[in-house]
Amino acid sequence: MASLKELKGRINSVKSTQKITKAKQMVAAAKLRKAQAAAEAARPYAQRLAQVVGSLASRVTPSASSPKLLAGTGKTQVHLLVVANSDRGLCGAFNANIVKAAKLKAAELTADGKTVLFYLVGRKGRAPIRRDYPQAILGQFDTTQVREPGFAEAEAIAGELLALFDAGRFDIAHLFYGKFKSALVQEPTVQQIVPVPTPTVAISDGAVVEYEPDEETILAELLPRYLRTQLFGALLENLASEQGASMTAMDNATRNAGELIKKLTIQYNRSRQAAITTELIEIIAGAEAL
Amino acid sequence: MPLHFELVTPARLVLSEPVYMVNVPGTEGEFGVLEGHAPFTSTIKDGVIRVWRSAGAAPEEIPVKGGFAEVSASGLTVLAEHVG
Repeated sequence: MASLKELKGRINSVKSTQKITKAKQMVAAAKLRKAQAAAEAARPYAQRLAQVVGSLASRVTPSASSPKLLAGTGKTQVHLLVVANSDRGLCGAFNANIVKAAKLKAAELTADGKTVLFYLVGRKGRAPIRRDYPQAILGQFDTTQVREPGFAEAEAIAGELLALFDAGRFDIAHLFYGKFKSALVQEPTVQQIVPVPTPTVAISDGAVVEYEPDEETILAELLPRYLRTQLFGALLENLASEQGASMTAMDNATRNAGELIKKLTIQYNRSRQAAITTELIEIIAGAEAL
Repeated sequence: MPLHFELVTPARLVLSEPVYMVNVPGTEGEFGVLEGHAPFTSTIKDGVIRVWRSAGAAPEEIPVKGGFAEVSASGLTVLAEHVG
């Protein structure tokens, strides 16, 4: 049986943990609202761009001259897995789930005899992936210096990926991130980003659209932009998911801490009572002996 | 009938309103878009978009970078990576 002093110490320590988790929960709730608004505000651009790229791609017949970003390199040997994680912890299994999805895909590809490389975004994915694939990390992008990843970061990441692609370092790239469903549900998602999968959009009207310059030139310019937009979208989704996951995880932690405090307090009171009773018995026994 | 003009960046919808005319710096030359323009798609070089809210009014200038313009029956949409 722990002594009274020890019990009191534990109660106090659990109480201060609860304070931290409660604060983190409230911060996450506030940030979540902002992140959700940002994700929503980014939607019109992504939708329009997908529409344009879709209708352009449907006009261009794949040929030797069509952009490599659309047609691919003609090989499927080297796969790059771009894994987007958060920089901070205290968000439950959020990062673990994304890493798990990436490792699953990596194992699958390796079993097929493909070469797997990684490109890591965010701090929390680095350690677990480096542990399993120390040689396969092609590059990483650090987002710890910025408060919230924005379009500038998406641009920088896309730039590095495009440079690697042009240098022939990989043939196919997949992007891993946490898709935001609700504050309770975040889904680790895999999405092919290179070669660019053609967005399937129904062409709205049969009107003859003029292109200036011609379709292929526009397409060649829009594809990197489309890639940037997709990365940007993923970063925003990730941010919202992280806050959602954090909120749920911290809510659970706060509740657990509360229960633990209750249990410990009961135990503390019981031992205090027992000590008092023992003392009384001793005094009474002493008095009777006289 | 005014022209419906939308200016969109990755982060947000900057502008969405009816205007009189928009002058866009296309890669192969500037072009003005009035209501009823034929469907048209063009890339934009980094420069200034001029927006006339009504005929004869002084144009509002919006610097854009990394842009792309699309004219359809529903109006003019400019997608730009950076605005301002």
